[in-house]
Amino acid sequence: MIAYIIRRLLQMIPVVFGTTFLIYAMVYSLGDPTVGRCGERPCSPAYVARLRAEYNLDDPLLVQYFKYMGKIATGDFGQTFNGVDIGAELLARWPITMKLAVIALLVEAIIGIAAGVLAGLRKGGFLDSLVFVSTLAIISIPVFVLGSVAQLVFGVRLAWLPPTATAGTWHQLLLPGIVLGTLSMAYIARLTRNSLVENLGADYVRTAKAKGLTWRRTVGVHTLRNSLIPVITFIGFDLGALMGGAIVTERIFNVQGIGGYIWHSISTKDGGAIVATVTLLVLVYLIMSLLVDLLYGALDPRISHD
Amino acid sequence: MRGRSRLAVAAASASVLMLALSACGGGGTGTGSGSGSGGGSGESAVVIKGCTPENPLVPGNTSETCGGDIVDAFTAKLVHYNTETAEPEMDIAESIESDDNQNFTVKLKQGYKFQDGTEVKAKNFVDAWNYTAAAKNGQAGAYFMKVIEGAAEIGEEGAAGETLTGLAVVDDYTFTIKTTEKVSNLPVRLGYSAFAPMPDSFFADPKAFEDKPIGAGPFQIESKDTQNTVLTKFADYSGKYPANVDKLTFRIYTDPAAAYTDVVANNLDYTNEIPSDQMIGDAYKSDLTDRNLNRASGRFQGIVFSPNDEQLRDNLKLRQALSMAINRDLIAKDIMHGSVIPAKGWAPSVVDGATDTACGEYCTFDAAKAKTLYDEAGGYNGVLALTTNGDGAHREWTEAVCNSIKNAVGADCRVVLTPDFATYNKQIDAGELKGMFRTGWQMDYPSIENFLGPIYTTGADSNWSKYDNPAFNAKLAEAAAAGTDDEANKLYQEAEAMLGQDLPTTPLWYPTTTVGWSDKVTDVKINAFGVLDFSAIKVKN
Repeated sequence: MIAYIIRRLLQMIPVVFGTTFLIYAMVYSLGDPTVGRCGERPCSPAYVARLRAEYNLDDPLLVQYFKYMGKIATGDFGQTFNGVDIGAELLARWPITMKLAVIALLVEAIIGIAAGVLAGLRKGGFLDSLVFVSTLAIISIPVFVLGSVAQLVFGVRLAWLPPTATAGTWHQLLLPGIVLGTLSMAYIARLTRNSLVENLGADYVRTAKAKGLTWRRTVGVHTLRNSLIPVITFIGFDLGALMGGAIVTERIFNVQGIGGYIWHSISTKDGGAIVATVTLLVLVYLIMSLLVDLLYGALDPRISHD
Repeated sequence: MRGRSRLAVAAASASVLMLALSACGGGGTGTGSGSGSGGGSGESAVVIKGCTPENPLVPGNTSETCGGDIVDAFTAKLVHYNTETAEPEMDIAESIESDDNQNFTVKLKQGYKFQDGTEVKAKNFVDAWNYTAAAKNGQAGAYFMKVIEGAAEIGEEGAAGETLTGLAVVDDYTFTIKTTEKVSNLPVRLGYSAFAPMPDSFFADPKAFEDKPIGAGPFQIESKDTQNTVLTKFADYSGKYPANVDKLTFRIYTDPAAAYTDVVANNLDYTNEIPSDQMIGDAYKSDLTDRNLNRASGRFQGIVFSPNDEQLRDNLKLRQALSMAINRDLIAKDIMHGSVIPAKGWAPSVVDGATDTACGEYCTFDAAKAKTLYDEAGGYNGVLALTTNGDGAHREWTEAVCNSIKNAVGADCRVVLTPDFATYNKQIDAGELKGMFRTGWQMDYPSIENFLGPIYTTGADSNWSKYDNPAFNAKLAEAAAAGTDDEANKLYQEAEAMLGQDLPTTPLWYPTTTVGWSDKVTDVKINAFGVLDFSAIKVKN
């Protein structure tokens, strides 16, 4: 187990370098970040020259990349064009996005699994159809529609929850968190339901029933545990996606988190900020996939890491 | 039992993860939790929409509105533009005098204080302007110093010099400015934030200044982070425009729609932008009854006839025909939803000297006449491109303009979108664009000259149409040497009339500014720049 974890951690090193270099190269190909920064008139050569020197823009791509990674290795994430420390910026924004992700994750996991289990146990019944139809409806609504409508109805008209989450408190993040979690919730409900239905027909369930185990124990311990493996996989990777992919939701609710920051950095071609943020996202994904793999072993002894 | 222990492991690792997450969740909940107005302490506070500045908040290095708005709130300049009329009024300056429009003597009022406690003296202006002008400091606002003698020498790339020969300190409260040529409207220009004075502490430690900028304005910066820039009333402010509220917070919004929603819900006190879907049919007016304002502002939008397109460049009649084929009134109403005023000139009437007549009949839609002119001109061979940048909400109206031209004269007009503004700029600089392309201008100071000089003088930075008319240049020089404002304005109008004859570009409209505010504030005024009068805004009792 320990050896497995160490091996996986070591594997992360080339992955991190490879992905960050790819991202750096992509940002580099976005074009010259010094153009178009002075409104409708060209920037003065002196202004451009100062920016180019400050951000090593005159070096070849590889040299720029290693200079940049060297700085990151010492904990210096550099500065954005408006002179804000990127490290400080991420430190301020990361917790907000994490809170948002946690709310979304709780919503999707609790409601999604519960709905999936109920539907799976009553296969073909009314509840099953209800879950089927409602998840279909949710999946087909784009998140910006869902977000805008939720904001208008619950935030502005009914005023139950704050319509925006600028300060990033738990209370403010509740509405965007629910919106963000809703889509995945539908997927989780379906995944749980199908996986449960499949496993309920498996031989070992029949054996368990034949042994005389209670229905509760058969489903709760034997079937559900196996059925949750694909769900856990989904949730694990979804957390990674929630960390960075909440761009739309963060814009609608003005959440000052990572998603909005990526969007802003791309639009201002702030390469340093993009690469730093995405590097962190890559790390989150890697760690999440490691955790998911470890959980497999815990849920199903047949999947062994030794 | 095996099973149970594994479940326990799974549950444990899940809860460890949750703990780690919630531990991280502790920080980051800084200022401004929710409510827009001031809390129970009796202090009045206003929260307004801000956006992320492109540069640090150094006045000489700020040339865009996100940073510019904040800079305006914490700095005071020699002159202040009247919110209603845009007329320059003396602020820090006691007087700005000149006998020949080239040598100016500036006398300062005494007692103005910077927010670090030092007094505003003549040298603070001279030092600041020198710093902004010098190439080695790479300031975005260096452009504004070009008018001062010596700016060209120290502004050249690689130049080592750092003082402008045209500036001299006479005594603590007097300094002189010598311009490169005659500039009758220099006093009008000096209200731009790039001309703000800088305290000595800036030159001692520019980095510390960037962290906490200092000016002599009615507000001072209390704190700034990635979400909020908080300004408080400056107790030692001695000017004529003191703040009415104790606290002014710029809260960052990445999306104008979110800010609008917050204003409707009274969570935010002011937004300078109404999302376009709310402009349709004046929808915002029902959300914000008595809480909205629309005002003409110092902006211009038009179309450049590409100087690299032989067909257009050498064919005035063709340009006139195309210009007449655009139904400005209809597009302004149906596509722009009243957010623009159709133009018949090159300068909006909010600025001193503008008449909005120079384009005359060529900016008046007349399909039949346009068609006649178009046929006489020989028409346009091939696809007539109308290029614009795709990242700036220009798609709809450019398509409408193209359709208008197509319907009126039958030219094969097509909209071409470049991915973003930077690429667009680059293509224009490189002279790669054929056909027509979009142009926009936001004034730096409220003078008709600002809509002519920087855009149409031979060789000017923003002369996208490569307009080259010696008579026009001479007329501008003559106007700059004029003895009185009226005389100068008359000459500027004559210069503008030349644009009407030559049509290097065609005017479309002057964008207006529409703003909205919460029911907690009152006295919301916006100036000709479309910027809130920060001093005037009040919290309702």
